[in-house]
Amino acid sequence: MMTVAEGAARRSIRRDNAAAIRERLVELPLFLAALVTIVTTVGIVGVLLFETLEFFQVVPLVRFLTETEWTPLFSTKQFGIIVLISATVLTSVGAMLLALPLGLLVAIYLSEYASPNVRRAVKPVLEVLAGIPTVVYGYFALLFVTPIIQALVPGTAVFNGASAAIVMGVMIMPMVTSLSEDAMSAVPQSLREAAFGLGALRHQVALRVVVPAALSGISAAFILAASRAVGETMIVAIAAGLNPTLTLNPFVPIETMTAYIVQVSLGDTPHGTLEYKTIFAVGMVLFLMTLGMNLLSQLFVRRFREEYQ
Amino acid sequence: MSPGTATPLVQNLDMVLEPPVRRDVPTETAPDPAFRISGLSTWYGKAQALRDLTLDLPKNRVTAIIGPSGCGKSTLLRCLNRMNDLVPSFRATGEIFYHGDDINSDKADPVMLRRQIGMVFQKANPFPKSIFENVAFGPRINGYRKDLGALVEHTLRRAYLWDEVKDKLHASGLALSGGQQQRLCIARALAVSPDVLLMDEPCSALDPIATYRIEELIRDLAKDYTIVIVTHNMQQASRISDRTAFLLSGEERVGELVEYDVTDTIFTTPRDKRTEAYITGRFG
Amino acid sequence: MILGSLGRARVYDRLFAGLCLGATALAIGILALLLVKIFADGVPTLTLSFLTSYPSRFPAEAGIRAAILGTLWLIGLTAAIAVPTGIAAAVWLEEYAPRNNFLARLIETNIANLAGVPSIIYGLLGLGLFVRILQLERSVIAGALTMSLLVLPIIVISGREALRAVPRSQRDAAYAMGATRSQVVSRIVLPAAYGGTLTGVILALSRAIGETAPLITIGALTFIAFDPDGLLSPFTVLPIQIFNWISRPQSGFHDIAASAIVVLIVTLLFMNALAVVVRDRAQRRLRG
Repeated sequence: MMTVAEGAARRSIRRDNAAAIRERLVELPLFLAALVTIVTTVGIVGVLLFETLEFFQVVPLVRFLTETEWTPLFSTKQFGIIVLISATVLTSVGAMLLALPLGLLVAIYLSEYASPNVRRAVKPVLEVLAGIPTVVYGYFALLFVTPIIQALVPGTAVFNGASAAIVMGVMIMPMVTSLSEDAMSAVPQSLREAAFGLGALRHQVALRVVVPAALSGISAAFILAASRAVGETMIVAIAAGLNPTLTLNPFVPIETMTAYIVQVSLGDTPHGTLEYKTIFAVGMVLFLMTLGMNLLSQLFVRRFREEYQ
Repeated sequence: MSPGTATPLVQNLDMVLEPPVRRDVPTETAPDPAFRISGLSTWYGKAQALRDLTLDLPKNRVTAIIGPSGCGKSTLLRCLNRMNDLVPSFRATGEIFYHGDDINSDKADPVMLRRQIGMVFQKANPFPKSIFENVAFGPRINGYRKDLGALVEHTLRRAYLWDEVKDKLHASGLALSGGQQQRLCIARALAVSPDVLLMDEPCSALDPIATYRIEELIRDLAKDYTIVIVTHNMQQASRISDRTAFLLSGEERVGELVEYDVTDTIFTTPRDKRTEAYITGRFG
Repeated sequence: MILGSLGRARVYDRLFAGLCLGATALAIGILALLLVKIFADGVPTLTLSFLTSYPSRFPAEAGIRAAILGTLWLIGLTAAIAVPTGIAAAVWLEEYAPRNNFLARLIETNIANLAGVPSIIYGLLGLGLFVRILQLERSVIAGALTMSLLVLPIIVISGREALRAVPRSQRDAAYAMGATRSQVVSRIVLPAAYGGTLTGVILALSRAIGETAPLITIGALTFIAFDPDGLLSPFTVLPIQIFNWISRPQSGFHDIAASAIVVLIVTLLFMNALAVVVRDRAQRRLRG
């Protein structure tokens, strides 16, 4: 037993080098683990860049940007990326047209109107909606929403952009709601009280005080949600089709960037062929688009944080 | 005390308490101080917290550090076991000798230093483990291989806690009352037989009865340990300490040592006007 | 005089409140509709033989045995790779990295960006790095490595939050007793952060179970009639099997796709519930 006398005997406080080395040895694997995340980014950029550069050695950039058809898998090959981008934009914009108003209204309801009990009941519902695999949403789009659209708009093809856009909107809505609600709950209660004190009604407080005050946070939420829509794969692959068409018509099949990558991967494209390289070129465009949108939303978040500090 | 006398509890305690056991402390510094502090100044980033402190803390005595809030008492305490190192912007000049070794030199290891110095914090912070595991933590990390059960019992007895917890050693430390948690933290610190116990306002979050118990414990522990206690409660300082240091920060908010002497002197015939003003409650 | 204009404003107030409520009801309604449709389509064909058969050209004889085993293999390997790595990274960032260190901040920003990269890009990374450069071909280990990189940011972020939730005073008490940093982390901080970390891991793995696109990209097959038999074995997973059946024109395949979806959703709901239980138990333990 450590008696007091034993303990009081002076122990040295000199640095124990063996122990210091042992501590460093523990830290090393932890640091390497953190570096893995850098390796991931380097890997993504490296793989995409390598194959894309090889692609552009065969297909000049001009063709990529200006041709109006996308037929790399046919015998006469055209490489107009605009076809895929337009499909991505069409479905994403359609999804946002649904998700933004719906998501924001639900967020306003949860933030400004709902009682704590209602909030506690609705939030898990939104979490479940956000957690449903996109393949399931794809099933819903093809086998439930498309027949309804076909009934309402005769002549709609089995694969169409509208069905995919609507279901993507539903999928994204919980994300819009939760991020917007976070932004709104950061608005100080004193602002609301000031408005109520002036005799404002609740909808006026919500729309004229809270939403404007939370605007940069809400904008960040919108951009992030749009980025998610752009990167979405399975819903569009299942419901919008694998038929690249340059069109604004939502009732015909179109193929997004993500769906094209899936299409090629499902086939038996050998490594190193031009077709193989196209998926990386498309992937690079997709990566740059979503990266740009994510960085933009971070800018908004930073402005949002500055306002409250 | 006849029943029915409605005297306030604290007055009762004052009459019940024996005056603290004061040993004859020579007025010059004890020959082998536990800490010799010389010209200590500290900064957090650009803001200076302490200026040019010089004092010796005697071995096996209770030294109290008093002063109004914000004057640097806790900073000084945390210099003694290099806990301030955990704050990235902290910087110190001057020297602190612990039994003759300069604790801030490159050759000194803060981990080894802290194993000989125990610390008790303002708000009791037992680990979310069982009472037994809380006390056993220190010995375990020191590689103690003998009978932990006996050590835990001995330590809990020393901290005046054994009788209250002996039947529930495996209950969570967080399930105890505030005063019991603080005694558990004291036991946890004692379990590795330190030389020194640093206490940072250990009773400020406790009720008077719990405070009384811990003050009794401190007086008991002073027989075997060097104790340095920061307190904003002057009565507490005068009750339990042998020497008292009075710190004060001026308008630049930098703490300085105003007066340091035998406790009796500080509280009856202080030499500095500011000390007198503080202890008579004219500010603080 | 005031009441006149207020009257119309009050109407708008009611309308708006109704609109918000309606939107919320719509969201709940859509979820209910989705679940009802899936279960209505899927439960009739959810038989025991469905769970134990291999895929086939005939819907009546097809099953998800290979897909379930493939998912189990994939998730097991992914967890084994990503969980220790993610927690180690979170510990380094939270307990060891010096404050305001350039490299630490770079890693942090990088992780935040990675969390927003579309999952199919991870598939391309896996294809280029694991399938081609490391020559692992379209094997379950290549899939697991790809999925590990995908869920790593999630585990790191939630791990850091769990570590940050441990109060400073706990670390102070341990350091003051002369514990070294590794002792403080391993004996005090990690045990206290256990619940939050586990919750994060469960949520990350739920995400991984539902992922389809990256696995298709690295070449997971859509018609597998055997059990995975090793790290280098080809494989399929439940979401890919579902995708394959949805893509067939025969409605019989659509029905069994729904059955497979039921299995998937039930699994996910179970994991979600588990995460909630773990989180609650951990919070209660920290409060004593």
